[in-house]
Amino acid sequence: MNRITRTLSLFVALLLSAAVSVPPGHAAAQKTLILATTTSTQDSGLLDVLIPVFERQSGYFVKTISVGSGQAMKMGERGEADVLLVHSPDSEKDFVAKGFGVNRRLVMHNDFIILGPANDPARIRTVKSAAEALKAVARSGSLFMSRGDNSGTHAKEKGLWKGAGVAPEGQKWYQQTGLGMGETLNVAAEKKGYVLADRGTYLALDKKARLGLEILVAGEPKLLNIYHVIEVNPAKWPKVNSAGARAFGDFMVSRKAQDVVRTFGKKEFGSPLFFPDAGKKPESLGL
Amino acid sequence: MELILAGVIKAFHLLVSLDDEVLGIAMLSLKVSGLATLVSLLIGISAGTLIALTSFPGKKVLVSLVNTGMGLPPVVVGLFVSILLWRNGPLGFMELLYTPGAIIVAQSIIATPIVMGITIGAMQNLPANLRLQILALGATRGQMVWMLIKEARLPLMAGVMAGFGGVISEVGASIMVGGNVRGYTRVLTTATVMETGRGNFDIAIALSLILLLFCFAINYILTYIQQRERPR
Repeated sequence: MNRITRTLSLFVALLLSAAVSVPPGHAAAQKTLILATTTSTQDSGLLDVLIPVFERQSGYFVKTISVGSGQAMKMGERGEADVLLVHSPDSEKDFVAKGFGVNRRLVMHNDFIILGPANDPARIRTVKSAAEALKAVARSGSLFMSRGDNSGTHAKEKGLWKGAGVAPEGQKWYQQTGLGMGETLNVAAEKKGYVLADRGTYLALDKKARLGLEILVAGEPKLLNIYHVIEVNPAKWPKVNSAGARAFGDFMVSRKAQDVVRTFGKKEFGSPLFFPDAGKKPESLGL
Repeated sequence: MELILAGVIKAFHLLVSLDDEVLGIAMLSLKVSGLATLVSLLIGISAGTLIALTSFPGKKVLVSLVNTGMGLPPVVVGLFVSILLWRNGPLGFMELLYTPGAIIVAQSIIATPIVMGITIGAMQNLPANLRLQILALGATRGQMVWMLIKEARLPLMAGVMAGFGGVISEVGASIMVGGNVRGYTRVLTTATVMETGRGNFDIAIALSLILLLFCFAINYILTYIQQRERPR
């Protein structure tokens, strides 16, 4: 019995000593900044490069919460995030117009692509526009995997369906994963379905996981994927770290960050995943 | 198949090379879930013992509630805990959301009913006359309770294992209240989800293997303690 008590107390002591050391150093002492962003910036690995640079330069500790653009803006609306990096331009304008965000600045873009299995059952490889491609998918009843999570990609996809005059919701061939971009691409690859994705996540993922999906439709102004940084309005929520948000916004459009964006992924994937746009007008991108 | 092999090799690599990031993630998982288990033991065993040893109206309902709580879905806990901990929410002043502390809170809530339920079962399985016997030998009430807990220690150990196993393997609550912040609240399960999304299947497999290794090691120690008592 004594040995058991001893072993047990040792176990408890071990747990207790773990208790003392729990918050690993930083964060407590520094000012923290909550960045709500999209799964694509995280899954492509861009933020893993950018955030440490910003932290070193500014002294802030950044808590990156990666969710869909829709949820990121909801967090902003409730004052639960300080700054957003999102790609859902229409809802962003709405967000700023309603006074939830200030100082929305263009950061970078890449583009959306429609991917599908190599045998292309809906024959969209030769069509001229995304709208026609989606019509063909609907007509042939080929499986289409949607994010279905209110993310920027999902918002773009819904817009494209609308443009094509097709209502896919509830159709048998239209399935929603409710997952992030990387996971949805995995599902689409596994089920040999069509899918809308941002080029950055696709390139990063395909390099590592060889998805077996092909780029079938790309290169239309409508398919641009544009990222903005938005500071959450401190007038609505006093707890928002507005100085930190401003610092992060300034950083994202700074020369240093834009250079990182320009070169990120070039070596590993053969082509850059994002194109820097700081200071440009959205119109200059062909919108 | 070669993917799994690649994962195993990667896991071995990460462990042998003592990769700083992976080691940090693994240690954080252990600390957070260990502490949550400890909290759940304190609350679960005391409340469970109290419920088992007393009788009161509504006891059956309460025990059923506790037993239901043993299957409490982590995402449900995660959702409610994050709403409570939002900085503009009711407990926002504690500034806990997206910290390891928030994960400990959520995991404690998940593990407590598990420990409590098993405690109630263990206590009620003791011979009914044992209490009278102990009291008749002149023990105080406190001594009596302590003796009963010692008597039920073997099934209670199963409670520790079930509680710890439940929380170290959950991902829903950890990702919601912790946020999977790199180097701060990223634990084994949330890192696995993220690496899968990134297509880094080998790292994801490696992380899962480390997680399994941990579960095995902890359970081996606890089982060892438990089984040593058996042959009598």
